[in-house]
Amino acid sequence: MRLLAFETATRRLSVALWQDGELIERAEDLPNGGSDRLLPWVQQLLAEAGISLKQIDGIAFGAGPGGFTGLRLSCGVSQGLAYGLDIPVVPVATLEALALAAAEPLVWAVLDARMNEVYAAAYAVAGDAVSELMAPICVPPAVAPAPTFSGGTGVGDGFATYGDGLRARKPDLAQVRADVYPTAAAVARLAAPVFARGAGVPAAEAQPIYVRDKVALTTAERLARGGVR
Amino acid sequence: MASMKVLGIESSCDETGLALYDTERGLLAHAVHTQVAMHEAYGGVVPELASRDHVRRLIPLLEKVLADAGATRGDIDAIAYTAGPGLAGALLVGASFAESLAVALDVPALPVHHLEGHLLSPLLGSEPPAFPFIALLVSGGHTQLMRVSKVGDYELLGESLDDAAGEAFDKTAKLLGLGYPGGPALAKLAETGVAGRSKLPRPMLNSGDLAFSFSGLKTAVLTAVRKHEMSDAEKADLAAEFQEAVTDVLAAKAVAACRQHRLSSLVVAGGVGANRRLRQKLDGALAKIGGRVYYPEVELCTDNGAMIAFCGAQRLMQQALPDRGDGAFAIRPRWPLDELRAQASS
Ligand SMILES: Nc1ncnc2c1ncn2[C@@H]1O[C@H](COP(=O)(O)OP(=O)(O)OP(=O)(O)O)[C@@H](O)[C@H]1O
Repeated sequence: MRLLAFETATRRLSVALWQDGELIERAEDLPNGGSDRLLPWVQQLLAEAGISLKQIDGIAFGAGPGGFTGLRLSCGVSQGLAYGLDIPVVPVATLEALALAAAEPLVWAVLDARMNEVYAAAYAVAGDAVSELMAPICVPPAVAPAPTFSGGTGVGDGFATYGDGLRARKPDLAQVRADVYPTAAAVARLAAPVFARGAGVPAAEAQPIYVRDKVALTTAERLARGGVR
Repeated sequence: MASMKVLGIESSCDETGLALYDTERGLLAHAVHTQVAMHEAYGGVVPELASRDHVRRLIPLLEKVLADAGATRGDIDAIAYTAGPGLAGALLVGASFAESLAVALDVPALPVHHLEGHLLSPLLGSEPPAFPFIALLVSGGHTQLMRVSKVGDYELLGESLDDAAGEAFDKTAKLLGLGYPGGPALAKLAETGVAGRSKLPRPMLNSGDLAFSFSGLKTAVLTAVRKHEMSDAEKADLAAEFQEAVTDVLAAKAVAACRQHRLSSLVVAGGVGANRRLRQKLDGALAKIGGRVYYPEVELCTDNGAMIAFCGAQRLMQQALPDRGDGAFAIRPRWPLDELRAQASS
């Protein structure tokens, strides 16, 4: 089985090619987006592996939560490739990919969500198996619910921005690794078993997981808060 | 050249449009989803919600278009998409999908200028105008007069120095307490009022050039609204006068452009082109100089994929097939139309 995977929910963009467990990857720090990188990286990886796009069996992408624009870049590219090739897609939770990339047994995965909030979840990791202990939420770091395990590792750029506040929520954290990012390689490893059991979805059903859904106030809400029309 | 099928994808603002155009048989099918109802509660387009909706709509609309055209994805020979100008997030959705679909199908991807789409949309009609012609582009974001010599050759003759005509309609509608979108609502109210009862200026009517300015008109309306509590009848009269003022200036300058360039075909594109009073004035004025006004088919007046597919097809027929390239792409949220000519001749 051969898979292409994309992860662009954070500033660290990556694309991976997974061939029966063998992984090759391209990654770069691109805070301003990577519409000029993703597809060229795909071509490079295919050339390096000596295969053609037609030999790809499935597309996986980090569906979020994360930067909205990045989520849609990966989602749009995945939809286009999968629809054109008529192959299935597996959306993967970005925080789960972050936990797997950290390769620590107990992970509090936290990404900076801007606007004084974080995306947070907790996982137990054993090899390539990741089990969810706390589902992804969007909260201010000051009231973020701490995972119930003792010790564990705080992972993700949420700790770079809100480290003190998050540590105060869970003083027994054994360590913090703020410089770990979710990767396309981790996305591919998480998606592989899903494809293997035939649980990929059609391209049209591949959608981002935004988590933050209240993005604007209606006119009625603005008026209720004393605003103007 | 054998006939080619071009897929068109439009997602620059609050409409998702897809279409399949055949270089020999013309438009095979098109479908548009408008988000107007979704944004209504917010009093305007919320860019993030617009982007999210495009992601949901693209593939279902594509499947509908292919089914209506009796085609399959394998029949697509090229993919044209709106690369700008427009909302960055919304543009990116269409661009990512279009470029990657092109890679997967191994066909060229053609980035298209949104306004070029509007400008050429009357050519999709049953009686298309012949080149060269004058184009009046009047939308929510643009008020421009252009000389169109051929596909890809656009000379800007004049444009608004401040608000676009559609923007002026929308802002004035808001001042009068009308709902969203304001332009059509204001036009409707204007039909029940009498122009001339309250007087508004005709900005730059006699400026001697082809430039426009509409922000002063909006301010004049604001002043009138602030003076005293207006009755519904007074509001209708003010709306009528406002519509009269905008359309007076638009019509006068469009005719002046035709005269200066000795052209008798005027193409009108953009949402404000739906305004009935504007159409009356333009039709009358062009008839007087022995000319004619061309409008896009009603369903192609708003944003749509057909005009984008058409632009892509024209480009394919004009020049050799572009290289597939490495798949790198870029959107251009701000993209002056006259930069197209430089690009086309380079
Ligand atoms: N009957 C009408 N009379 C006046 N204005 C109208 C009428 N119908 C629509 N409009 C205006 O047309 C504009 C929408 O047109 P269109 O969709 O072409 O533009 P846009 O997509 O907002 O802007 P752009 O294409 O420049 O980015 C709005 O400002 C709307 O109020």
